Amino acid sequence: MTAMLETLVNQPYKHGFVTEIEMDAVPKGLNEDVIRMISAKKNEPEFMLEWRLKAYRHWLTMTEPHWATVRHPPIDYQNIVYYSAPRSKNDGPKSLDEVDPELLKTYEKLGVPLKEQEWLAGVAVDAVFDSVSVATTFKEKLSQLGILFCSFSEAVHEHPDLVQRYLGSVVPYTDNFFATLNSAVFSDGSFCYIPPGVRCPMELSTYFRINAKDTGQFERTLIIADKGAYVSYLEGCTAPMRDENQLHAAVVELIALEGAQIKYSTVQNWYPGDKEGKGGIYNFVTKRGDCREANSKISWTQVETGSAITWKYPSVVLQGDNSVGEFYSVALTNHYQQADTGTKMIHLGRNTRSTILSKGISAGHGQNAYRGLVKMAKSAVGARNYSQCDSLLLGDKCGAHTFPYIEVKNSSAKVEHEASTSRIGEDQLFYCQSRGIAPEDAVSMIVNGFCKEVFKELPMEFAVEAQKLLGVSLEGSIG
Amino acid sequence: MLTIRNLHVRVEGKPILRGIDLSVHAGEVHAIMGPNGSGKSTLAHVLAGREIFQVTAGEVTYKGRNLLAMTPEERAREGVFLAFQYPVEIPGVSNIYLLKAALNAVRKHRGEPQLDAMDFLARVKGQLKLMEMDQSLLYRSINEGFSGGEKKRNEILQMAVLEPKLAILDETDSGLDIDALKIVANGVSAMRSPDRAIVLVTHYQRLLDYILPDYVHVLVQGRIAKSGGPELALELEQRGYGWVEADAMVSARNGAQA
Repeated sequence: MTAMLETLVNQPYKHGFVTEIEMDAVPKGLNEDVIRMISAKKNEPEFMLEWRLKAYRHWLTMTEPHWATVRHPPIDYQNIVYYSAPRSKNDGPKSLDEVDPELLKTYEKLGVPLKEQEWLAGVAVDAVFDSVSVATTFKEKLSQLGILFCSFSEAVHEHPDLVQRYLGSVVPYTDNFFATLNSAVFSDGSFCYIPPGVRCPMELSTYFRINAKDTGQFERTLIIADKGAYVSYLEGCTAPMRDENQLHAAVVELIALEGAQIKYSTVQNWYPGDKEGKGGIYNFVTKRGDCREANSKISWTQVETGSAITWKYPSVVLQGDNSVGEFYSVALTNHYQQADTGTKMIHLGRNTRSTILSKGISAGHGQNAYRGLVKMAKSAVGARNYSQCDSLLLGDKCGAHTFPYIEVKNSSAKVEHEASTSRIGEDQLFYCQSRGIAPEDAVSMIVNGFCKEVFKELPMEFAVEAQKLLGVSLEGSIG
Repeated sequence: MLTIRNLHVRVEGKPILRGIDLSVHAGEVHAIMGPNGSGKSTLAHVLAGREIFQVTAGEVTYKGRNLLAMTPEERAREGVFLAFQYPVEIPGVSNIYLLKAALNAVRKHRGEPQLDAMDFLARVKGQLKLMEMDQSLLYRSINEGFSGGEKKRNEILQMAVLEPKLAILDETDSGLDIDALKIVANGVSAMRSPDRAIVLVTHYQRLLDYILPDYVHVLVQGRIAKSGGPELALELEQRGYGWVEADAMVSARNGAQA
């Protein structure tokens, strides 16, 4: 039985291929000149360069953190190319027709149809291929509502006031080793601003993809929902197969003003390395939302199935009174994948509420850790938190770990934590088989059942994709 | 339909079945009875393909094929059904999802078109009624929080939906009150058909009050010690298993001497 499960789990990554596109890259390594070069290539205003340099100088004083339960060989930060962009004849395509056909083919292989595909009809896509945004759709419709949705580079030029006001206001450039590195070298990303009282009529979506050899991907996303605004944002990604480990250190900042709501959903499927644990993406991401004003709400939903290492704690700072933070997560580790993920809910305002629902699935030699902080400050009168962390083990060589940190400084605050660990039983599997269901379908069915509460938080089409992805990532696990 | 010859089975090295011979034909109902630990459930699970049971000798043919060479899901698709003594809980997966996936797996195997949710629901409604089950049970997680009776009825519901050729019921009567027992027995009786064989594994005779078997076999220490008609079950009810065990020991000793 175990052997059969292992065969099932050990299917190769289905999105492994490399697109051959000429790259316009800066030399390997990091120093002030490289940062100036990045900033110059992007034609940035002075304030951006200053900010990058401040971050770089601060980064030099920092050391790589090692508290997570993940292990990897030392990263040579001087052996990374910090900027590359697909080459284009006229400074970027004006429409999809101008986009490199190779690139479009890549998306098609991944099942990410940018063009004339039905399910995209309601989705505006800001596609990030390596470091530069190559196509933006539905922009006009959005701009009629006053919604700004563009690449970060464009925002720096078109909306410098907003960028200057909000950039680093949730994740300061001094925040942590990887966020600081990102602040110094980030190449592009997405920017989104929803004006007061506007409900964004479509899911905004960005597809990330790492492609250039030895290129670290440093995305920066900034989303601001002004008073009473609402936006649902989707982030999904896959990457081509290769041997080297690729560093990815993204930063996502969300700001919700009074009564605003931001729903941020991620399906992450970067190359996890092969079944011996060779290669794969190092995904060291800082994601944080700030419920800056009263009655605001931020929800994170993530399905993490890829990357060799995932180090990621989408968090919410609950400053505004009555604000709400949510974190729904499915993290799957197979083969030699390692995940140390969770959230931080920092309650500052009165009657703030947060919910944490974490589902960890470990298969093969995968190691999966939930690490979460719930902090109730003195000012958080009447604040409440509910956390539930469930782990599912497939096989006997994987591991699940739970590290809940709870700090309560206010006696009126309520914190609840529940945790469970279970194993997909041979009896469950046999039960399904005895009903005619193939074991790989049975595993997928059982795992999807385990994740159901999280999946239902995802937008519909994303939920379907997530289920498929989980099936593909797990094909064949148990013990 | 089913022929078992000299079947020997071990679990973790320990011999459980020690030479089972049994023939079951379409249209027949066989009751396998016997004291606890005699190997009844093992036999049921071996026929369904449970891997922890190691077949060390013997053969089993089903519809002319080597049953033991088939995976559990192949057996199911070919019409073998096991009603579990302890139905398994699967949190988060709805009962209807499993039922539909199971039926479609079987239909696909037979080259029949897949049923969509509407067609499926229409089909399953009659069977729900037969088992006196509320439709809401379809939308609950598989067996999770079901009462003992609900679990057993759910097993028979699955059987009714899947329409197996060989239905094996492992102690489906255990833990049922008299009302639930009647419902389950009605469900099983409704499944009796000239092209279907039913094997009832049971410790007690009471299920056989409602489902009259064609043959009764008594399993003792991994062998069929006695076979007969329905009257054998009544005799066991009155006299217990002791006398069959004693007879079996005598014949085993005689066998050893011979």
